[in-house]
Amino acid sequence: MAVDPLIELRDVNKYYGELHVLQDVDLTVGKGEVVVVIGPSGSGKSTLCRTINRLETIESGTITLDGQPLPQEGRALAKLRAEVGMVFQSFNLFAHKTVLQNVSLAQIKVRGRRKDQADRRSRELLDRVGLSAQAGKYPAQLSGGQQQRVAIARALAMEPKALLFDEPTSALDPEMINEVLEVMRQLARDGMTMVVVTHEMGFARSAANRVVFMADGRIVEDRAPEEFFTAPRSDRARDFLSKILKH
Amino acid sequence: MNVLTDNFHTYAEGFLGTLELTVYSSVLALVLGFLMASFRVAPVGSLRIFGTAWVTVLRNTPLTLLFFAVLLGLPRFGLVLPFKVFAVLALGCYTSAFVCEALRSGINTVPRGQGEAARSLGMTFGQTLQLVILPQAFRSVIPPVGSTLIALAKNSAIAGAFSVTELLGTYRTLSELGYNIVWTFVWIAVGYLIITLAISALFHLMERAWGVAR
Repeated sequence: MAVDPLIELRDVNKYYGELHVLQDVDLTVGKGEVVVVIGPSGSGKSTLCRTINRLETIESGTITLDGQPLPQEGRALAKLRAEVGMVFQSFNLFAHKTVLQNVSLAQIKVRGRRKDQADRRSRELLDRVGLSAQAGKYPAQLSGGQQQRVAIARALAMEPKALLFDEPTSALDPEMINEVLEVMRQLARDGMTMVVVTHEMGFARSAANRVVFMADGRIVEDRAPEEFFTAPRSDRARDFLSKILKH
Repeated sequence: MNVLTDNFHTYAEGFLGTLELTVYSSVLALVLGFLMASFRVAPVGSLRIFGTAWVTVLRNTPLTLLFFAVLLGLPRFGLVLPFKVFAVLALGCYTSAFVCEALRSGINTVPRGQGEAARSLGMTFGQTLQLVILPQAFRSVIPPVGSTLIALAKNSAIAGAFSVTELLGTYRTLSELGYNIVWTFVWIAVGYLIITLAISALFHLMERAWGVAR
């Protein structure tokens, strides 16, 4: 499957003080692949996701994006981050900017596009996530699901090579989860490379090429979704699945 | 009662003195406070140490001591300036420490995720601070910075003890002329109220225009 690797982690280790949150993690994500990371809370899956664009630093190991190792803090890192979009659990839309400005800001300041060009592209993307009518509103005036769809549009506006989703639906009401997942499914169908940390097993089953199961800072299983859900190999995964699939 | 009408010129001179001290020191305090707050959140260690030292020294020593240090100390190093300029320096530097901390508390009220989102879009530290963090921090620091500048207006009275013309100092002239001390002070208080209420009103307007919408 991993014909053309886009994201590669090799022997990645990270500590929070004494706590060894990532232990010898190896992960390869190919171009156009959708990898869903699941696992119990505290297993390090969010941390893993955040190390890929260096929002979290690592103690040892290497991370490469499209063949380039992640640079140190500074302009080179900023440039590389522009190529990897990120969607957060708490949306993190800029509270003092309208929806349209949220999507246009980085296009103008980082990509150097003209304002009218950026706004045109922003409107296209907002249309794509079904929110063109909300362009003039502030984030606080939108529902959680709408905010998260704006956040996805904002990430897409940079034309990233890959998108990272850090529990994108965990802060949403159940009825809003689907509108966000539907946008993500569409992205997956369009061939976007995605790393998705989530608790939505339905999404993992239907949209993922691979499921990565993490526990205690290690990758325990890394397999096709159907195999993983029907016949998990490890006790840890069996235990986890029995707990979450009960209801 | 006629203390004001008889001595309007003296009062006006004092009032203008206090007003000048307040305005110039406020500008200095805001500029330095902004600079020090940027230092204190900068990714460069030496800048953070400088900012912290600045705030620690100025915020924790009496203003009168700072006046003595500036007015008597600086001339020893060959820096001789009008007393009024020295007074502005002392007041401005002292208040900048408080402005810095108000700004920094504002920066801390901006959720961490805002900065993370900006950085994940490829913005540099400077862009993140300038485009995302400070505009939001600014909204929540309007009230505390207003209070700090009101305190500055009142602190300017200390300059009177160092023979700078300002409002409180007018009482000396007037009591020598034999006017009722109570009424002298009432009109001085009114003078301060005009300045401090004007600052309040200004910051109230700013809060209405740019404050956090809830």
